[in-house]
Amino acid sequence: MNLDDYRGVWVFIEQNDGKIEGVSFELLGAGRKLADKLDVPLAGFLLGDGIKSLANQTIAYGADQVYVIDHPVLKHYRTESYMKGVIYLAQTYKPEIILYGATPNGKDLASAVATDLSTGLTADTTMLDADVEKRLLEASRPAFGGNIMATILCKKHRPQMATVRPKVMKALAPDYERSGQVIEEKISLKEEEMRTKVLQIVNDVTKKTNLADAHVIVCGGKGMGDLQNFQLIHELAETIGASVGGTRDVVEAGWLPHEQQIGQTGETVTPKIYFAIGVSGAIQHVVGMKNSELIIAINKDPNAPIFDVATYGIVGDAMEIVPQLIAQFKSLRTEKGGEVSYA
Amino acid sequence: MHIVVCVKQVPDTKIIKINPKTNTLDRRSAPAILNPYDAHAVQEAVKIKRKTGGTITVLSMGPPQATAVIKKSIEIGADRGVLLTDRAFAGADTLATSYALSKALERINMDLPIDLVICGKHAIDGDTGQVGPGIARRMDIPPITSVIEVTEVNQEEKTVLIKRKLTSGYELIQSEMPCLLTVEKEINDIEYSPMPNMIKAARYEPIIWSVNDLENVDRTQLGLKGSPTIVGKMFTPPRPEGGKKLEGSVSEQVSQLMEILMEKKDLFTLTSSR
Ligand SMILES: Cc1cc2nc3c(=O)[nH]c(=O)nc-3n(C[C@H](O)[C@H](O)[C@H](O)COP(=O)(O)OP(=O)(O)OC[C@H]3O[C@@H](n4cnc5c(N)ncnc54)[C@H](O)[C@@H]3O)c2cc1C
Ligand SMILES: Cc1cc2nc3c(=O)[nH]c(=O)nc-3n(C[C@H](O)[C@H](O)[C@H](O)COP(=O)(O)OP(=O)(O)OC[C@H]3O[C@@H](n4cnc5c(N)ncnc54)[C@H](O)[C@@H]3O)c2cc1C
Repeated sequence: MNLDDYRGVWVFIEQNDGKIEGVSFELLGAGRKLADKLDVPLAGFLLGDGIKSLANQTIAYGADQVYVIDHPVLKHYRTESYMKGVIYLAQTYKPEIILYGATPNGKDLASAVATDLSTGLTADTTMLDADVEKRLLEASRPAFGGNIMATILCKKHRPQMATVRPKVMKALAPDYERSGQVIEEKISLKEEEMRTKVLQIVNDVTKKTNLADAHVIVCGGKGMGDLQNFQLIHELAETIGASVGGTRDVVEAGWLPHEQQIGQTGETVTPKIYFAIGVSGAIQHVVGMKNSELIIAINKDPNAPIFDVATYGIVGDAMEIVPQLIAQFKSLRTEKGGEVSYA
Repeated sequence: MHIVVCVKQVPDTKIIKINPKTNTLDRRSAPAILNPYDAHAVQEAVKIKRKTGGTITVLSMGPPQATAVIKKSIEIGADRGVLLTDRAFAGADTLATSYALSKALERINMDLPIDLVICGKHAIDGDTGQVGPGIARRMDIPPITSVIEVTEVNQEEKTVLIKRKLTSGYELIQSEMPCLLTVEKEINDIEYSPMPNMIKAARYEPIIWSVNDLENVDRTQLGLKGSPTIVGKMFTPPRPEGGKKLEGSVSEQVSQLMEILMEKKDLFTLTSSR
C-alpha cells in the first residue's frame, strides 16, 4: 500500500428520512480544520434514496465536495447495502481520513467497512488532530474509565478511520453562498440479494428523554442526600421548565432511571444552561456536560472538581440554596400577574 | 439450532477505585468479571434455546484465567465453551481480535454448523463495539447491532425477526440465518442460575485452543502484528480553568445568581407549580 496515494478528509453524512443528523454537521466542522491543516479538500459522502438535495446543505456546513450515491435499496440504513457504497467510494477515491458519527448506524457502518478495507478504526473519539508531517490522524478517546485519554494512531494503513462522539465537536455556521462540487456515483444493488429487510421503523419519542434537546437541564448528584431531598431538583426543574438529569451514583441509588444519566456511560448534553447541584464533577460526568454554554455549580465543598468547569459556582448547602432559588423564580411568576410563561 | 456466544473477560470498571483529585485509578482494585453485556448475550441464547432446542457454545479469547468467564456462562446456561489462548493473540486491536475469533468460529462451524452468533454491544474495558460487526464481515453473515429484542426465530425458513435500537425508537428487521447479533442490556434480565447449572459450571473444564489448533491462519493478521491501530500516547485531559465563585451570604449569592439567570430568561418557562 502506497500511503501517498491517499489524500483528502471525508465525513459520512448520516441521514435518516431525508434529514441530516446533527453529528454530521459537527464532523464537517471538525473535518474542515483537519483538511485545512493537511491542505486537502474536505468531502462529505451521502447515501440514501432521493437525498441528492442534501448535498447543498453539506457544502454549506463546510464541504468542498460531496459524493452522492442515490439508490432505492439505500432507502433505510442497512449494513450490507451501505457498506458496499462506502467501500466502493473509498477504493475509488482513496481518502486518507474518514470520520463517522458514533451513532448506532455510524458505528455499525464504520466497523464493517474497516474490516473489509483491513484498516484501523478508532472508536468514540472525543479529540481530533493531525500530525501534518507524518500525515497522521491523532484520534483521542477516553480510556480506562475516562481518567486518561489515549491517542490512537493508524500508521501503515489507509484510510485512517474514526467514529466521533456526538455533541463534542462544533459545527460551523452554515453558509449557503459557499460553492462546492457534487459527484454522483452509481453502484449496482439488488433488493433480492439483500439478506436483511427493514420491516418497520418506530419513532418512540416517549421513551427517549428530552435531555438531548433541552435548553435548560437541572442535574442533581449524590450530594442531595436522599430521594426525598432529590425532589428539590424536580421542583426547581418544574418551576423553570427544565429537564432533569443525574449522575451515575444517583441512577444507581434508584433516584432516576438510566435514561436520565449524564456522562460517559449516559447522555452527552449541551444545553444553554446546566445546573450541577450536589455533583462532585468526576471526569466521567464532566465529559457528558462540559460543552454546555452556561454551567452553574452548587456544592458545599469548595475544592469539588465541578467548580473547574463551572461558569459560576456557589459554595454552600444545596438544601438551603435550592429552595431559595425556587422561591425567587416563583415570586417572579406572581409578579408577572400569574402569567404562565415568559417565552 | 447452534448458537455461539462470544464472551470477554474484563476488569469491573464499576469497582475500579478512582481518586477524583488526582484522576488516577487503581486497576488492581478491580476484579475480573464476565463483560456484563456478554452475560445478557448468553442469557438471550438460553431464552432462544428454550423455544428451539439445540446447543449453546461460548467462545472467549484471553489469558488462561479467562476460563472463569466460560464457567460463568455455563452457570447462566451455556452447554460448552472454548477458550482461545496464546501469546500470538496478545496486543490485538479490534481488527486482529475479530480475525482470531472468526478463525475459531470457522473451526466450531465445521464441527457443528452455526445458526446464530451473539456478542455484547461492547466490552466495558476496550469499549469500541467493533468486534461483533468485524466477526460478521469475516464470516460473511449479516451483522445486526444494538439488538433489544429477538422477536421470532423461524427454524424452517431460517430467518429471525429482530428489534434494533435507534437513536430515537427502534426498527424491526428480518434477517436470514446465520447472522450475528450484538445485544443491549435491556434485551433481558439475567435469571437466577438453577442449582444443576452451578454444579455443572463448577466441574466444567473448558476446551482450550492455541493458534496451532486453528486452520489456515495467516499469522501476520494476529495480535500486535495484525493490528493497524496502536496507542500512540496516554495523557490526562487538560484541566479547565474554572469560572467565578459567587460571594456573600446565601441570599446574596442567590440574588447574584438570579441576576445572571435573568439575562437568559427567555430560556425559562415558568410553569405553575401544579
Ligand atoms: C467507567 C465509569 C463510567 C462512569 N460513567 C459515569 C457517567 O456516565 N455519569 C456519571 O455521572 N458518573 C459516571 N461515573 C461515576 C463517576 O466516577 C462518579 O462516581 C459520579 O459521577 C459521582 O456522582 P456524584 O457527583 O453524584 O456523587 P459524589 O461524587 O458522591 O459527589 C457528591 C457531591 O455533593 C456534594 N455535596 C454533599 N452534600 C451537599 C450539600 N448538602 N449541598 C451541596 N453539595 C453537597 C459533595 O461535596 C460532593 O462533591 C463513571 C465511573 C466509571 C468508573
Ligand atoms: C486504551 C485502549 C484504547 C483502544 N482503542 C481501540 C480503538 O480505538 N480501536 C481498536 O480497534 N482497538 C482499540 N483498542 C483495542 C481493543 O480494546 C481490543 O482489540 C479488544 O481486544 C477488543 O475490543 P473491545 O474490548 O472494544 O471489544 P468490543 O468490540 O467492545 O466487544 C464487543 C463484543 O465482542 C465480543 N468480544 C470482544 N472481545 C472478545 C474476546 N477477547 N473474546 C471473546 N469475545 C470478545 C464480546 O461479545 C463483546 O461484548 C484499545 C485498547 C485500549 C487499551
